[in-house]
Amino acid sequence: MSPKTLYDKIWDAHLVHEAEDGTSLIYIDRHLVHEVTSPQAFEGLRMTGRTVRAPQRTIAVPDHNVPTTLDRAKGIENPESRIQVEALDKNAADFGIHYYPVSDIRQGIVHIVGPEQGWTLPGMTVVCGDSHTATHGAFGALAHGIGTSEVEHVLATQTLIQRKAKNMKVEITGKLAPGVTAKDITLSVIGKTGTAGGTGYVIEYCGEAIRSLSMEGRMTVCNMAIEGGARAGLIAPDETTFAYCMGRPHAPKGAQWEAALAWWKTLYSDDDAHWDKVVTLKGEDIAPVVTWGTSPEDVLPITANIPAPEDFSGGKADAAKRSLEYMGLTAGTPLSEVEIDTVFIGSCTNGRIEDLRAAAEILKGKKIKEGLRAMIVPGSGLVRAQAEEEGLADIFIEAGFEWRLAGCSMCLAMNPDQLSPGERCAATSNRNFEGRQGRGGRTHLMSPAMAAAAAVTGRLTDVREMM
Amino acid sequence: MEKFTKISGIAAPMPMINIDTDMIIPKQFLKTIKRSGLGVNLFDEMRYDDDGNEIPDFVLNKPAYRDAEILVAGDNFGCGSSREHAPWAIKDFGIRCVIAPSFADIFYNNCFKNGILPIALPQEQVDILMNEANKGANARIEVDLEAQTVSTSDGEVIRFEIDAFKKHCLLEGLDDIGLTMEKAPAIDMFETQASAARPWV
Repeated sequence: MSPKTLYDKIWDAHLVHEAEDGTSLIYIDRHLVHEVTSPQAFEGLRMTGRTVRAPQRTIAVPDHNVPTTLDRAKGIENPESRIQVEALDKNAADFGIHYYPVSDIRQGIVHIVGPEQGWTLPGMTVVCGDSHTATHGAFGALAHGIGTSEVEHVLATQTLIQRKAKNMKVEITGKLAPGVTAKDITLSVIGKTGTAGGTGYVIEYCGEAIRSLSMEGRMTVCNMAIEGGARAGLIAPDETTFAYCMGRPHAPKGAQWEAALAWWKTLYSDDDAHWDKVVTLKGEDIAPVVTWGTSPEDVLPITANIPAPEDFSGGKADAAKRSLEYMGLTAGTPLSEVEIDTVFIGSCTNGRIEDLRAAAEILKGKKIKEGLRAMIVPGSGLVRAQAEEEGLADIFIEAGFEWRLAGCSMCLAMNPDQLSPGERCAATSNRNFEGRQGRGGRTHLMSPAMAAAAAVTGRLTDVREMM
Repeated sequence: MEKFTKISGIAAPMPMINIDTDMIIPKQFLKTIKRSGLGVNLFDEMRYDDDGNEIPDFVLNKPAYRDAEILVAGDNFGCGSSREHAPWAIKDFGIRCVIAPSFADIFYNNCFKNGILPIALPQEQVDILMNEANKGANARIEVDLEAQTVSTSDGEVIRFEIDAFKKHCLLEGLDDIGLTMEKAPAIDMFETQASAARPWV
């Protein structure tokens, strides 16, 4: 048998049909659904008299629109947001799919709820009408975002029409230095390969630095595969993965667990597997980073200065000029002198318990800079409950942070959590696009520890100075 | 789905690289539960000022390009989120074809589900078409899917590549859910085999 990558193995295990030209039909094990990209798909089913083929494999949760303020039980004020969430309530009931409504403590960001509840397991195919579905690749699952037409296709047929992607290996060798986290890895990779570097590929992240990460850290790395252009990022499952999955509500038990484990242990890339592209970074070379521009590839170590458009060539020079104008930054300024107005800690990239622990570690016994707006939005109701139990919430509140309920919140600002024009934010989310967090808002992406450090000083800050 | 065979129309130049889906259709317009009506908000934050007035410099606000049917853009068009609202907005505006050196995967795929033809061409050829588009309303570009060609009014003919299955679906306006449902026996068989091999899934 010819050697295979992890991606090849999962692909082969889910291939329903392959046409001569390579157009393939792939079976989908888990379909995650949220309120923004699904209403038109359910409507399509109704109009054609189709049903959901495998409701037991379909899991829905509202996250993008939901308010995160403590009074959200009184309902959603914005009528359009309310209608979208109500539509999901109705669609989940009408089509008999698993559902975590806003009132459920398990509600949260779909990419945090799936793994937390044990829906996401190694070797699965997972899709969702959301590009950050890549997150689930941390389990060695083939997981990627799809459009609404494909959501409808999966609802109706439990399959997806695909062509196989190419294989790309991203190896992070060695150990990370203190203060360097999974977020710094994933941003640094994008800084190196660019936002289109992974287009057409499925990335497998490997190497000692990846192996040393917790599941939370691995999810952060895979989450941003899409910002590097790859629809999916993968990490081969190992003991860390199995330990995380064991005992989750929807993970297998008893003899089924043993059978699953036996298969999961075969899920790795063979030594002599073929890679179409290989990128290697030394873990020791990765520094705490921030973004300075309006593309996730605009990444620099916190110790660097803001670049000038002339530092780039081709279309990127024009893009950098536009970015600097939009961001209100001057070339040559040290990044650590950039003052911020707001701090946002949360999102499917960094809204898990480990992220909150990292922020709390920095914030313990400190206060945020006076006048700063700062919020922490846990990724799920269960993350929130755990953070409260561990005493993290008290640290945040005493430091001056708002302690919110779970949702996507200011990552994409579909709910009332938004930036105003010109407002500059240290954010642990995944996109720094123009207008992403609110029209005219200025986003700097970074790790939770770096965002916490910025909250204390009121400017972009090297977290290593506070450790 | 609306068929795509051949169009001849005005091409609007947008040479920026990394035009992302948040630019194409900002999040405040994702709250709809319909597919239609998004064209008026296409490129909303570049197209209108804070008071909702048109920004005259923006390409689609210029008289020459208000009826553009083709967009010629920079590298990595459509990067960012999976929102199909992006192609819905493009189509609703009246644009049926986007030409760029490269596209983000999910956006590229979403176009085909909506009767939009995304064409990836080498930078030099995009540059030729960008120059053509810069000439304004007098320079019409013809796109012929069957022949896989883009032609300028000067008679320059550029050939493009496209996946045969995607081309077929677009030419015929096929609903791929219907096509897949014809394979129901294969899906049934897969489910039986998979539930024996991996009963925990």
